[in-house]
Amino acid sequence: MHETMVAQSLLEMISAEAAKRNARPIGAKISCGMLNPVNDEILSFAFGAIAKSTVCEDLKLEIEHKPMNGQCKNCDSTFELELSHLVCPKCDGKDFELLPNEPLTLEEIEFQTE
Amino acid sequence: MKVNIGKKILLANEEYALKNKQLLAEKKKLCLNMISSPGSGKTSILYRTICDLKDKIKIGVIEGDIQTDIDAERIRATKAPAIQVNTDGACHLSAAQVNKALENLPINELDLVFIENVGNLVCPSDFELGENAKVVVLSVAEGDDKPVKYPSIFAKSEVLLINKIDFLSAGAQVNFDIERVKIDARKLNKDIKIFPISATTGEGMTDWYDWLIESINNSQGN
Ligand SMILES: Nc1nc2c(ncn2[C@@H]2O[C@H](COP(=O)(O)OP(=O)(O)OP(=O)(O)O)[C@@H](O)[C@H]2O)c(=O)[nH]1
Ligand SMILES: [Mg+2]
Ligand SMILES: [Zn+2]
Ligand SMILES: [Zn+2]
Repeated sequence: MHETMVAQSLLEMISAEAAKRNARPIGAKISCGMLNPVNDEILSFAFGAIAKSTVCEDLKLEIEHKPMNGQCKNCDSTFELELSHLVCPKCDGKDFELLPNEPLTLEEIEFQTE
Repeated sequence: MKVNIGKKILLANEEYALKNKQLLAEKKKLCLNMISSPGSGKTSILYRTICDLKDKIKIGVIEGDIQTDIDAERIRATKAPAIQVNTDGACHLSAAQVNKALENLPINELDLVFIENVGNLVCPSDFELGENAKVVVLSVAEGDDKPVKYPSIFAKSEVLLINKIDFLSAGAQVNFDIERVKIDARKLNKDIKIFPISATTGEGMTDWYDWLIESINNSQGN
């Protein structure tokens, strides 16, 4: 994916939140779904590079990968989908509804406390 | 001190996508975002579709490419309006680029706007452009394992065009199991419409055209 673009967008969002609070951001948590994954290493590297000499310098990025969920049409249970094994773990059913994919989200920022 | 934010990172793109969607809905125009890897036949399919349907519907095209206006020129040869957008290296079209291109199309005269995205099976699926539906193209030369390897675009598309099926009937040495592709694509997207076609010979195109015309009628509220 386009990790540099995501990094740029993140930098702008975190810097804006930091300016609002007049505080230094030291960490941030983001999440992504299985249908729009980001590569942790590439994103952290790209972010580190563009954050140099900004308020976000040395900020630690934490990236959570959320599973994709399905709902079984047969027994109604909700379960985590595994791409290589797309069956309901309860009833072995193969007919399921794909639940909405998690969009790429900035979940949380940690600010330094004086 | 930890602060909850909960904001989408690609929000700026989504805001433009929403603008496009509203504009298209207001004008009752159908808009389709066509996505595939390079060379699957997107421009060839558009060319043939425009020519075959020219007495029935008016089509405009937004052509996304990293460089050149070759594809827009190919479309203009049909007399249909085409706007070329160059992404200058970016791997996908953005909603803001489409917003600007829509301003330059004679939209009131059109029934349908096709967006040909940058040739790439991965990135464009993350960027909503304000379209009504995505159409993914897979050509038989690319292999029948693609829905499994690139699930995102197959999960998000309303239509799958399996192109270049003339290679199969010509007996060329391609191992491509159409049934496998159908089964794999439907595992993640049970309602996906699948049309095996050849942009070169025209085989299979009628079902695709019927779907297009029905979708246009729906968006115009007939
Ligand atoms: N045999 C055969 N060749 C095809 C068919 N459709 C397209 N081609 C050929 O495939 C090549 C690529 O087609 P294009 O229409 O340029 O593909 P594209 O997806 O628009 O390519 P990009 O815009 O570069 O991503 C051309 O040489 C076409 O003539 C088909 O149905 N059968
Ligand atoms: Mg093309
Ligand atoms: Zn990309
Ligand atoms: Zn079940």
